[in-house]
This record gives sequence, structure tokens and C-alpha cells, in this order.
Amino acid sequence: MIDHAMAAPLKHKYFTPGVWFLTALFGSALLIALVRFIFGLGLVTNLNNGYPWGIWIAIDVASGVALAAGGFTSAFLIHIIHKEKFEALSRPALLTAMLGYTFVVIGLLVDLGRYYNVWHPLLPVMWQGNSALFEVGMCVMTYITVLYIEFIPIVAEEYRNRVNLPILKFLNRPMGRLLAFLDSKMGKFMFIFVILVVVLSFMHQSSLGALMVLVKTKMHPLWWSPVLALEFLLSAIAVGFPMIIVESLAASRSFKMKPEMSILTPFARYVPILLGLYLATRFADLTIREVWHYVDGSLESRFFVAEIFFGGLLPFFMLLSEKIRRSPKWLFIAALLVVLGVVFNRINVYLVAFKPLYVSARYFPTIWEILVTLGFVAGLILVYRFIVIHLPVIHARRDAS
Amino acid sequence: MQRRDFFKFMGASGALLSGASVLGAEHQSKIDLDNVVGVLTDFTECIGCRECEWACKNAHEMATPPLESYKDKSVFANYRRPDETGFTVVNRFHEKGCTQTDLDVKVQCMHCNDPACVSACIVAALEKQDFGPVTYDAWKCIGCRYCMVACPFEIPAYEYNNALTPIVQKCDMCISRLDVGKIPACVEICPRNALTFGKRSDLIKVAREKIADNPDKYVNHIYGETELGGTSWLFISCEPFDTLNFPKLEQASVVTLPESIQHGIFKYFIPPAMFYGLLGMIMKLTKPDSETADNTNSSSEVHHD
Repeated sequence: MIDHAMAAPLKHKYFTPGVWFLTALFGSALLIALVRFIFGLGLVTNLNNGYPWGIWIAIDVASGVALAAGGFTSAFLIHIIHKEKFEALSRPALLTAMLGYTFVVIGLLVDLGRYYNVWHPLLPVMWQGNSALFEVGMCVMTYITVLYIEFIPIVAEEYRNRVNLPILKFLNRPMGRLLAFLDSKMGKFMFIFVILVVVLSFMHQSSLGALMVLVKTKMHPLWWSPVLALEFLLSAIAVGFPMIIVESLAASRSFKMKPEMSILTPFARYVPILLGLYLATRFADLTIREVWHYVDGSLESRFFVAEIFFGGLLPFFMLLSEKIRRSPKWLFIAALLVVLGVVFNRINVYLVAFKPLYVSARYFPTIWEILVTLGFVAGLILVYRFIVIHLPVIHARRDAS
Repeated sequence: MQRRDFFKFMGASGALLSGASVLGAEHQSKIDLDNVVGVLTDFTECIGCRECEWACKNAHEMATPPLESYKDKSVFANYRRPDETGFTVVNRFHEKGCTQTDLDVKVQCMHCNDPACVSACIVAALEKQDFGPVTYDAWKCIGCRYCMVACPFEIPAYEYNNALTPIVQKCDMCISRLDVGKIPACVEICPRNALTFGKRSDLIKVAREKIADNPDKYVNHIYGETELGGTSWLFISCEPFDTLNFPKLEQASVVTLPESIQHGIFKYFIPPAMFYGLLGMIMKLTKPDSETADNTNSSSEVHHD
């Protein structure tokens, strides 16, 4: 049986031409963020009083949270219903979730006008229980803490009793002991956090949809729905496994390892079930609300059809096929379609469906907004690469059989 | 207000559980509709002098051009909206048959009875005062702009070019003037009877009488009486409001549904707690028999030595 003992640092060379490119992209995003912090949002974004939210909210925050869903979906599968044959996927999923949320927070800080007040929702005098965003804020702050706690054992496993700090040498012994202690004891109560990961994710994934329910009068009926919260939750659940698949196959390629198809193929069987549940809910909702006639050739309706077809139906039918699930290339394509479909959905809900009353020009991001969004994705990949090279996250040789 | 803050503060001592009570509280209308004040705008009386725009900026200590400059009518060439440099604007609608001249339409924050911005605000920076005004506290604000996304009238404006202390800007019904017994600056300066300040319930009566006395002049619609649960600012007109760029809105408040979803899901934190317990049970019941008690749960168990 496969277990953690096989997860090991990849000890790979860090820099490659691709990594330099990502570094440049991330660096330019940081520069643009610096310009935004000095001169304000107005200089670098196309936001205005009609379009207060742009791609930094729709992609960096809303899509970022959805794509980090691999963390809680895999926690449920592997640790709550004990499908332990997928254990190898657990740590990469946890790492993605942890980094995903970290970059969500970084992206949010760039977008917030008064970023230095981001901690205000913690103050009881400012609690606003009617706000879905308040729920998201509290939940994400708790969740990110839980994810970092869950990651401690991975650090402890690697560094217990061999901490080697460059300057603070006197800390080496006590820190090594602390990590050894955590390594031996944390497992006993880790289940508390595993369950918390699932509960907290259900709460804020759905609230990210719920917060647009309030915007009814300014949203296109193909996306506004009283059950947006449920749809956001189900789509997050549906995108969790495809995201893990995309990452695993991308990592295998990047680190020149054999794709772990012996796990991914059976793992992918769950995707059409979860995606089907989400799509069925969308279709039922559209039918009950009697809004199909809005599929009328307008720009919004074309985006809707593209989202549902390329991001939903097409990968759904593809993944029903055993042949596709067995092919690394086709599995990658199908899983990527689901991932892009959910990103597309978040962009549609937050931007395309959003109709200002008095601004005639449709929002389109500036090159700077796009660079920041791409740069933060690059930054996430860079940190991910650094961590899997130095910490036991990926099972290097599990397809040896 | 202080009472509510006090209760919020008391709730704080219970940390997590009190968080539950905030999220689980029922949606209640925060205001006593009989005591709400507002303003009735009669478009048929407005002459488009724009002195209200001047008075508003003056009262809010914003950059204010001299009063004479407001005689310039060329601004009417474009449809304007309230923004971060002015909380109210008057627009001129040409070729409206109902008046001898053009029809001039003042817009500003509606001060909804059930404001979406207040429901949206993550830190209660926007508040509905129990006598009507919707006010903003920049000190609390985190600058997320959800209020702007939520506002069905697209009123709040943002200082996008302020890098450090951007403010969400909108009409506050001159609350600092109301506090010392004055009336809103725009109402005070209006040279005609276009603006009337008073108790909202009285203003509705006045509006009904005006419409009843001149049924040929007015359209039979008090805008703001019922829109989205009603607004403090009320309007009567001789032209239908949708031709004057006012959104056509339902009577039902937009905040009721999302707030009841929110409180249904989080009622006293019982549903999340039950879900937690359920997952714990599933975790225990599906645990493979072969495993020993201390080799169960988590990714941290493994010692590879």
C-alpha cells in the first residue's frame, strides 16, 4: 500500500528557462502592485463607479478560492471516507490549497482600497452578520490558519532534529526538538483540522456565491439565482479533483516523472459524478426560473453557452470515457476544461453578468490588471516548485509497479 | 446606536459563540418607519439652477466652485451621475412634453429603508440611522467596494486615485446639519418648492395630495414609496420615471432573500456544528478495520525512519 513514507523532496534543480520566465512575470506583477500602492487603483485599473470589481476580484479572489477546492475535496475523500489509495494526492492538494489561499489574500490586499484595515472584521464592534462577505472574510481567515497548521507535519517530518539556521544557531536545538515533538504528537489531533477544512470550505465556497444574490437587480438572469450559494459550492466540489489532476500531470511533466496514472485514472471517475451533479443543478435552476429564453444570441448568452458547453458538458462526456481517463494527454485536457470552466463561471458571475446602470462602456481589464493576475499565478507556481523540491510533498516514484 | 454597539461588545466576550449569534440573528427592519425623515423632490418645480449642487459641496467642505459658475448650463449636454466630487447632480431632460420648458431631475443617494449597501458592508462602515440617513464611517472601511456592487441605484462613488485613504463617497442627508436641527443644505438653498424635507410619512401624504389635485400634471407614481421596500428620498414627476433614467424596480426589498439565506445557513452556528459532527461520525464509521487506533486520521502520522 502506498503511504506517506514515499513522499520526499524532489531535490530537483530550481531554475530552468521556464522558471526564469515565471520569475520575470511575478516580478512585473510585484512592480505593478507597487505602482498601485503608491498612486492608487485608478492609475493601473479600468475600475470605475459602475464597475467597482474587476478581474482581481473575479479571478484572483473568486476563482482562486474555487481552484483551491482540491484541498477540502481530497481531505474528504482520503481522510474522512478513507479512500487511502489516493493518499499520494493528499499533500500536493493541501499545498495547492495553502498557496492558493495565500495568493488570494495577496491579490485581495492589492485590490482593497484600505488594505491596512483588512483585519477589521475581527473586531466585534464591526461585526456585520448580514453580510455574506463578512462570512467569507472570517471563514477564509480561519481556514488559512487551519491549512498552515495542517502543513506543519510536512515541515516537521523533514526538519525535525536537523534545523540548521544560518545565523540564529542557538535556536537550532530547541526548534529541532519542537518539530520532533510536533511530528510525533500532531497526528493525534489532526483529525480535528481535517474535518474543519471541509466544514469551513462548505461555508465560504457557498458564501462567495451568496454574496452576489444581493446584486439581483444588476445581474443577468442566466447567472443570478437564489441558489447561487449552492451552485458555487457544487462547482467548487466539482473542480477540486480536476485541479488536482491538472497539477499532478503538470508536475510530472515539469519534473520529468512518469504520470501517476494508476491513481489518477480511478480518481477521475469521481469527476463526471460531481460535475454532473453541478450541471444538473444549474439546468434545474434555469428551468425552474424559466430563463432559458435569455439564450438569445446576446453577448452574455454566448458567454453562457460557452461556459456550459466547453466548461461543463464537454468535459463531462469526455470523462465518462475510460479511454480518456487512461490517457495522460486527454485526461489533462478534460480536467483542464473543467478548471477553465469554473474560472469562466466566476468571471461570468462577477463581471459578465454584472450590468451597471449608467456606465455604457463594458469593463475590460488593463494590461496591468492582467499582468498582476498572471504574475500572481506565476508566483504561486514558483513557491510550489520551491516547496516540492525541498519538502516531502510529492511521491516521486509511485508508479514503479 | 450605542445600545446596539454595547450588545455587540458584550457578545464579544463569548468569542466564537458570540460570532455565531451575530451571524444567526434574524433580519429585522432597523428603523421605525413612522419616524423616518426624507425629502420629497418635485421635478415639475425644479428650474435646473443647480444651486443644490453648490450647497451640497459647500456643506461637505468639498472643493466648491463659486456659485456664479453654476449658471453655466453647458453641463446639461451630458448625463451626469453623483460621484466622489459631488453627492448630487441635476440633469436636464430635453423634449419632455409635460412642462413648458425642459425637465430637470436631481439625483443623489436614495437612503433606502432596507439599504443593500448596509447589508453588504463587511464591517458595518455603512449604517442605516433609525431616523433615515444611510451614513458611512471611513475609519471602519476596508475599501472592498461591495457596497458599490450591491447598490441598486449605483450611488456610492470611490476615490480610485487616492492611494492611501480612499473614501466611499455619497450623500449622507447632511446628517451633521440634521444633528443640530438644520435641514439638508440642498433643501435649504432650493429657490423653488422642488425639495421638501420632513417626516417620510408626511411627505407621502403631501405627494398624494399633489397628484390628486393635479392628476393631469403628474404621473400617478411616487418613486421611492415602495421601490425595493421604499426609500427616504421620494420623487414625483410629470414624466414616467423610466424615461428619466430611474431604474424600474420591484417592491420587494433586495436584502431579505440573501439575509435569510445567510441566517438560515448559520443559525446560531448550529448547521455548521451539526455538519462537523456528521463528518466526524462518517470518519469514524468508514475507518478501515485493519488500522490501529493511533494510525488513523491524518497525513502527519507517518514516520519514515
